[in-house]
Amino acid sequence: MDLGGEARSRRTDKGFTGLVTFAGLTVLIVLGLILVTTSVQAWPAIVLDPVEFLIGTRWSPSDEVFGTFPFLYGTLVTSVIGMIIAVPVSIGIALFITEVAHRRSRKYIVTIVDLLATVPSVVFGLVGSLVLVPWITPLYQWWAGLMEPIPGLSAVFAHTQTGRNYFTAGLILAVMCIPIITSIAREVFATVPEIDKQGAYALGATRWEMIKGAILPHSFGGLVGASMLGLGRAMGETIAVSLVIGGAVGMNANVFAPGNTMAAVIAQQWGEASGLHTDALIGIGVLLFAITVLINFLARVVVRRAEIKMKGAHS
Amino acid sequence: MTTLEGRTPPDLSGRNLSLRRAFANRTATILIALCVLIAALPLALVAYQVISKGASAWSLAWFIDEIPRNYRTEGPGMGPAIVGTLAITGMASLLSIPVGVLGAVYLNEYGKNKPLARFIRTMSDVMTGVPSIMMGLFIYVGYVTVIDDRTGFAGALALACLMLPIVIRSTEEMLRLVPDELRQASSGLGARKWRTVMGVVLPAASSGITSGSLLAVARAAGETAPIIVTVGLTYVYKPDLFDGANTTLAAQIFRNASQPFAASQERAWGAALTLIAIVFVFTILSRIIAARFAIDKR
Repeated sequence: MDLGGEARSRRTDKGFTGLVTFAGLTVLIVLGLILVTTSVQAWPAIVLDPVEFLIGTRWSPSDEVFGTFPFLYGTLVTSVIGMIIAVPVSIGIALFITEVAHRRSRKYIVTIVDLLATVPSVVFGLVGSLVLVPWITPLYQWWAGLMEPIPGLSAVFAHTQTGRNYFTAGLILAVMCIPIITSIAREVFATVPEIDKQGAYALGATRWEMIKGAILPHSFGGLVGASMLGLGRAMGETIAVSLVIGGAVGMNANVFAPGNTMAAVIAQQWGEASGLHTDALIGIGVLLFAITVLINFLARVVVRRAEIKMKGAHS
Repeated sequence: MTTLEGRTPPDLSGRNLSLRRAFANRTATILIALCVLIAALPLALVAYQVISKGASAWSLAWFIDEIPRNYRTEGPGMGPAIVGTLAITGMASLLSIPVGVLGAVYLNEYGKNKPLARFIRTMSDVMTGVPSIMMGLFIYVGYVTVIDDRTGFAGALALACLMLPIVIRSTEEMLRLVPDELRQASSGLGARKWRTVMGVVLPAASSGITSGSLLAVARAAGETAPIIVTVGLTYVYKPDLFDGANTTLAAQIFRNASQPFAASQERAWGAALTLIAIVFVFTILSRIIAARFAIDKR
């Protein structure tokens, strides 16, 4: 027996264990490094006036005034618009795939959603800015005219000269979030016990009553998680939004007014930025990173908890 | 004994639903079907616009010539961006796929349900949700400012960070499908764990790993934000990723789309069609490999 080979093999085994453990740890290392290096770089711009940086509403790099609140506002407005459209549509698609469609047509619908996910975001931005914007601007103007006599709504849907605005960005975000929300909603619906559905049908429920009574209550937690994941994706989307949002640095209650989001402003101003301006843009990135990581983390917890609850009910 | 004789059996066909219930059911079904239409509409719009406007830009010169320096200059040339896209994405794959696969081996074969493995699993899920521009900013701070030059390699590093969690999670899914009998048979023959992993588990899952990695490649190839932050801009061929600024198709689309000139917009459409074609090839390849060599079909 070759004992030398045995010892070497054992050493290889130890080495391999170390190697794969390190590979696993790279995720944590990279995430940690992202947080640390970008925060350090952004520090000078943040300590300049930390309160101004977080809640200031004036962004003027030439005067070294960096109030990022308008961008946070833009990120929230656009992603909320996106979610209001994407969540119901995605749930509808997932229901169509799991409950309505025949086995054969199911494949085609899944393909449509998958294809939507493969389109690069810059292409959505291109189509959005060169095709959708000129086409949709008269529609906005018509709608704003319709809303004019209604107090409250007339401020939200006010008159506009441009189709590059919060609402167009929200539309594009909705399209981009539909695939991710749909795929998780499908997973969630798949965990609804078959016996619950058959039970509802046996009691004489129509398909809609079965969906309302058996599927939706069961899936509520999972759907909340799916929507949060979509929200995280929407808030971080950069390129498509920066092409259609108009790039104004103020805040506006009018969703048909141009604005900016946290991610988009980085992409737009990166080329001309230098010194403290660059640091401030990186600071916006750090804020965005913190927000999206938090949302993603919560979403995963919600989805996992919902899964455990459902499996528990089943067994 | 009760009997149904002389009585008509109850009608269970649903034809005698109350009007309200039938209406609600019908409306809901129509609305659900409408959702699919709403998703198909933008896909059709994108496909139609990109193909009809992009195809006219395509020619032999389009794939070979250098990029015109002036936005107003009409005519073809996207060669350097095509080479740049392939080179940067390829380098990103070389960096991220081995690490990702080994990381997945740790999660599924070594860590399993240990607290550390569970934490890594959660964090890689979280990392897939990190905005791609953040990866660009990270590499800018950690690499570009250090070597003081924007290079193609910096872009590859940023894309590798983006791909890493996707590769880890998809590979782990595939490793989970490998039957435990294979591992037991291998260690029963006296193989050490690393030989079992390298000689039995990974080969058994290789098609699934390839297909998942190709999807990650497809996603990385279309990324723009990390590229414009780290890679800079060039008009000429730069096959050497360590030699100064580079460019990719996605970055060219972004640059040209934001210009008001017809010539540059036409190049943006052409580049979009080229990029979608590349992404599509990777996606289809991934599908074919996944369908051909799926573990459960053997």
